[in-house]
Amino acid sequence: MSLLAQLIANGIIAGAIYALVALGYTMVYGILKFINFAHGEILMMGAYFAYTGVHVFALPLWMAAVIAMALAALLGIIIERVAYRPLRFSGKIAPLVTAVAMSLLLQSVALIIWGGDIRTLRTGNVTVGREILGAMVTNHQLVIIVTTAIVLAFLFLFLKYTKMGKAMRAVTDNLSLALTLGINVDRVIMFTFALGSALAALAGVLIGVEQTIQPTMGVALGIAAFSAAVVGGIGNIHGAVLGAFVIGLAENIGIWFIPSGYKPAISFLILIIMLIFKPTGILGESKETDVRKNEA
Amino acid sequence: MGYFEHLGILICIYVILSASLNIILGFTGMLNLGHVAFFGIGAYTSALLAKVLGFSWLASLAGGVVLAGVAGLLIGIPCLRLRGDYLAIATLGFGEIVRSLMKNWSSLTRGPLGIPGIPKPELFGFRFTDTQDFLILAIVVTSIVVFLIHRIVHSPFGRVLRAIREDEIAAQSLGKNVVRYKLFALTIGAAFAGVAGSLYAHYITFIDPTTFSFFETVLMVAMVVLGGMGSLAGSIIGAIILVILPEPLRFIKLPTDIMAALRDIIYSVILILMMHFRPNGLVSEGSLRKKILHWWHRVRGVSA
Repeated sequence: MSLLAQLIANGIIAGAIYALVALGYTMVYGILKFINFAHGEILMMGAYFAYTGVHVFALPLWMAAVIAMALAALLGIIIERVAYRPLRFSGKIAPLVTAVAMSLLLQSVALIIWGGDIRTLRTGNVTVGREILGAMVTNHQLVIIVTTAIVLAFLFLFLKYTKMGKAMRAVTDNLSLALTLGINVDRVIMFTFALGSALAALAGVLIGVEQTIQPTMGVALGIAAFSAAVVGGIGNIHGAVLGAFVIGLAENIGIWFIPSGYKPAISFLILIIMLIFKPTGILGESKETDVRKNEA
Repeated sequence: MGYFEHLGILICIYVILSASLNIILGFTGMLNLGHVAFFGIGAYTSALLAKVLGFSWLASLAGGVVLAGVAGLLIGIPCLRLRGDYLAIATLGFGEIVRSLMKNWSSLTRGPLGIPGIPKPELFGFRFTDTQDFLILAIVVTSIVVFLIHRIVHSPFGRVLRAIREDEIAAQSLGKNVVRYKLFALTIGAAFAGVAGSLYAHYITFIDPTTFSFFETVLMVAMVVLGGMGSLAGSIIGAIILVILPEPLRFIKLPTDIMAALRDIIYSVILILMMHFRPNGLVSEGSLRKKILHWWHRVRGVSA
C-alpha cells in the first residue's frame, strides 16, 4: 500500500461525492445564472431525512435513502417556489442574499430538530478495506463509487434522450429562445431544482454512511462542490463531474504537502486561481460570459 | 448596569463593521462575503501586537488597521476582475482561508485555543478597564469612523463609486479607472473593519477562530441590507436593530445552542423577507436626507 495510491483513491471517492453535489449547482446556474447557496444545506437535510428513516422508523437504508431523496426534491421545489422565483428578475444581490439566508435558516432548523451532535448512518463495525492497486478501500467506499457511476450514467442518458432532459438543455442553452418555442420554463426550473436536490440528498446519505452527519456539514461540501462546478466550467454537466474529480484529487494529494487542517482551503485556492486564469472553467465555452465584464 | 453598556459596545463594533461593509457592498456594489476576514485580521493583529510585542493600544490598532487594509488590497487584486456571484464566492473563500489560518497556524495564533489575556486599551495613562469607560471610548472611535466614512462616500470619490455600482461601463467611458476605484473601496472598507476587530479584541480580551465564522459575515450583510444599501444612516440603524433584536431570547431559559439557532432563524427570516418586500432596506439611499429636507422646508414654509 503506497501513500500516493491511497491519496488518489481517497481523491476519487471524494470526487464521486462532489460530482453528485456539483451537478446541482451547475444545472441551476446554467439556467438561472444564480448560485444556490443553500444547496449544501439540502444535502445536509437529505442526510438527516435518511437518518430519521433509519433510526426512528427503522427502515432499511436503501428505502430511507430513496425517501430522503424524494423529500429533498420536494424541499428544493418549495425553496425555489417560495424564496427564489419571486426574485428571478430582481438583479443579482437579492437572490444571492436570499440563498445565503436560506442556507443559514436550514442549518438552524436542522440544529433545532436533530441537535448539534455528530451522528452517522453507518451500521455495523468499521471493516478493514480490501487492497486495490495499492490502496485500501472499504466496502462503503466501493458503494459510493459504484452508486455515483450508476447515477451519473442514468443522468446522462436522461439528459440526452428524454423530453425533459432535452428541455433542460434547451433552457440552459438559451432561456428566452426556449420560452418562445413554448417550453414551460417554470416547469423545467422546478424539475432542475428537484433533480439537483435529490442528487445532493444522495450524496448526503453516502457521506452519512461513510463518515458523519452534522448540521454544518453542508458548508464545506457546498464550497468544494461549487468549486468543482466552476473549475469544470459552470453550467456544463460534464465539466461538473470532471471538476469534482479534480477538486477531490487536489484536496487529497494536497495534504501530502501541507497540513491536513488546511484541506478546506485547498478547493478555494484552486477556485480563485481558476477564476483568475480561466474563469470559464476547463470545459467551459470561451464565449463572453458574465464572469468578467468589459476587460478591454 | 453593565448589560446595557455591553450592548452599547457591541452596537458600536457592529456599526463600524456594517458601515465599512457598506462602502464595498452598498456604495460600490461589490458582493463581498468575506468581510469577517478583515474583522478577524484586525483583531488578531492588534491582539498579538499588544500581547506578544507589548505595543501600546494605539500602535496595535494601527497595525491591525494597516494589515486588514493590506489584506483587502491583496484579495482585491485577483478578485476585482470578477463580479457578482463570482466575487461573492471568491471573497467567501478568502474568509474561509483566513479562518483556516487562524485555526491551523498554531505557532502564531495558538490555533483553536485562541488568544486570552489581551490587554484593555490604554490612552495617555488611562486604562479602559471599566465597561462604562470602554463604552465612551467605543462611541468616540465609532463616531470618528462613521464621520470619516461619511466624508469618503460623499466626496467626488464616493460619487465615482456609486457611478461604478450603477453602470461600470459608463463610469469607465468617463475615463474613470474602475479597477483602481474598486480596489480603493475594498482597501478602505477592509481597514475600517480592522478598527472594529481591534476594538473587539481589546474589549472581550479573548479571541479564537470561532468568533470569525461565516455567520458574522451574514450578520454584517443583514445589517447593511436591513438598513439600506448605500445608506450610512441605514447601516447604523441596521446594526442597532440586529444587535438588540435577539436579546429578549436571553430571558427565555433555553439551552445555548437552541438559542443560537433561534437567533439565526430570526436573522435569516428577516433577510429573506427584506429581500422580498423591501429590497432597498429601511432607509433607502438618500431618502432619510430627503425626508428631513422635505420636513424642514415644510416647517419653514408654514412658519414663513
